[in-house]
Amino acid sequence: MRRVEAAGLSAWFGPNQVLHEVNVAAEPGTVTAIIGPSGCGKSTLIRCLNRMHEEVRGARVQGKVLFDGMDIYAADVDPVEIRRRIGMVFQRPNPFPTMSILDNAVAGLKLGGTVPRAELAERAERALRSAGLWEEVKDRLREPGGRLSGGQQQRLCIARALAVEPEVVLMDEPASALDPASTLRIEELVQELKERYTVVIVTHNMQQAARVSDWTLFMLYGELVEFGPTSKMFTKPDDQRTEDYVTGRFG
Amino acid sequence: MIAETSRPVFRVAGRRRVKDRAFTVFLWACAIMAMIPLAFITFYVVSRGYRALSVSFFTKVPAGPLDPQAGGIAQAFIGSGLIVGLAALFSIPLGISTAVYLAEYGRGRFAGAVRLVAEVLLSTPSIVAGAFIWAVVVIAMKRFSALAGALSLTVLMWPVIARATEEVLRLVPQELREAALALGVPRWKVIVRVVVPTAGAGIVTAVMLAVARGLGETAPILLTALGNDFINTNPLQPTDAVPLRVYAYARTPVEALHSFAWGGALMLLVTVLVLSIGARALSSRQQKRIA
Repeated sequence: MRRVEAAGLSAWFGPNQVLHEVNVAAEPGTVTAIIGPSGCGKSTLIRCLNRMHEEVRGARVQGKVLFDGMDIYAADVDPVEIRRRIGMVFQRPNPFPTMSILDNAVAGLKLGGTVPRAELAERAERALRSAGLWEEVKDRLREPGGRLSGGQQQRLCIARALAVEPEVVLMDEPASALDPASTLRIEELVQELKERYTVVIVTHNMQQAARVSDWTLFMLYGELVEFGPTSKMFTKPDDQRTEDYVTGRFG
Repeated sequence: MIAETSRPVFRVAGRRRVKDRAFTVFLWACAIMAMIPLAFITFYVVSRGYRALSVSFFTKVPAGPLDPQAGGIAQAFIGSGLIVGLAALFSIPLGISTAVYLAEYGRGRFAGAVRLVAEVLLSTPSIVAGAFIWAVVVIAMKRFSALAGALSLTVLMWPVIARATEEVLRLVPQELREAALALGVPRWKVIVRVVVPTAGAGIVTAVMLAVARGLGETAPILLTALGNDFINTNPLQPTDAVPLRVYAYARTPVEALHSFAWGGALMLLVTVLVLSIGARALSSRQQKRIA
């Protein structure tokens, strides 16, 4: 479990600056939620935390992201290694269509090539159990991952991210494409994950942020408005804009 | 109330229905008109060609002028296999790697130039490819050969594979690449193990279309492989091909050889048809998978 910290972090898509000098820290053993209206830069911020932002053409970053004090944007850092240690779950479930459920769960290990073949089945089971999917799929591990329901696919994607044993788990609106029952499962899962990982979650659903997170960060127009304990953010925030947003006056 | 308001609604619907019908009939007529020449060609080639098909047609080389019917064009089938096989061997890796470069890495001027070259080659008359290989390979080696034939077909097949494969690679959702990258998988491995397999059936389709094109080419083969009356399996010797045989026999005054030419044409048609149907079946399976 590691602490992840953004310091003076700015980001651009081509000429458009979408993040303005954001400072935030995610503590081990906690869930940090990033909230804000559409287009406020929540996804960009979380994608900067494991160097996925730079995968978009024309994207650029300035400032620092510290991973236990080490700047992940330093010149000698390999983004591949960073992403292995800081995992990510995306908005839409995206299992690999050519792979079975089993192969999807251990895709990162297989493609990373660091784990002996004999160990893969065991690692798959462990990851699928962590994602709360094992009981549902243990008899159909050879079926394509795409045959699962949307909620199951998303838990498969979580299992896939956990299988490489990252230290931080980033989740970019992991439940926004799912039905309420599946959303609940994901939220319970987030609670379990924080015992072993540093979790950062982007959500446009304020109730979800209130339910799952310990810390909340509110963003507007690419700027950090307020960052504080979730209970305080939702009851007596310091900033008027935070209060307006969490009480549903806009956004 | 309801009856009164619904009447004009029905009238409008009636007029729309007439228009809809008329347009449907028109489109059907267009489709049928487009099919007529195709059906005619198929029917004609089959009716003229099927008589030539016999065991000796596939197993024997051309017989002497006294009894041409006793021979066959086995050397042309084997030669076509050799030339197109070699061409596939060259153009598949070349075409796929070009496509991967264009779809996954290619930005800026150089990628634009590569794409332009591929596009120009796609619409280049095939005899130009033949003349080019004749000038740089046949002249240099001082001989016609299956190898030269294969190289001239590579010039034609490479851009087909490259452009079609690039298109299917671009269809692979960006989210899959991101998902793999976010697992800490290096980019080249993401391409080899996730992107290319996901586009797999589409790539096979591209290859089949390219092979179908290579099989039917005559002019470049004529200038590079020359033709041969005997079975040849040495890539460095002049080699026969089915379209060459069709061309040569169609120009003779001998009735029996005309029949052989139709037989060869029929076999080309059947092979291309089988490849196209295979390509369609695969690509429809692919679409289901990505969706």
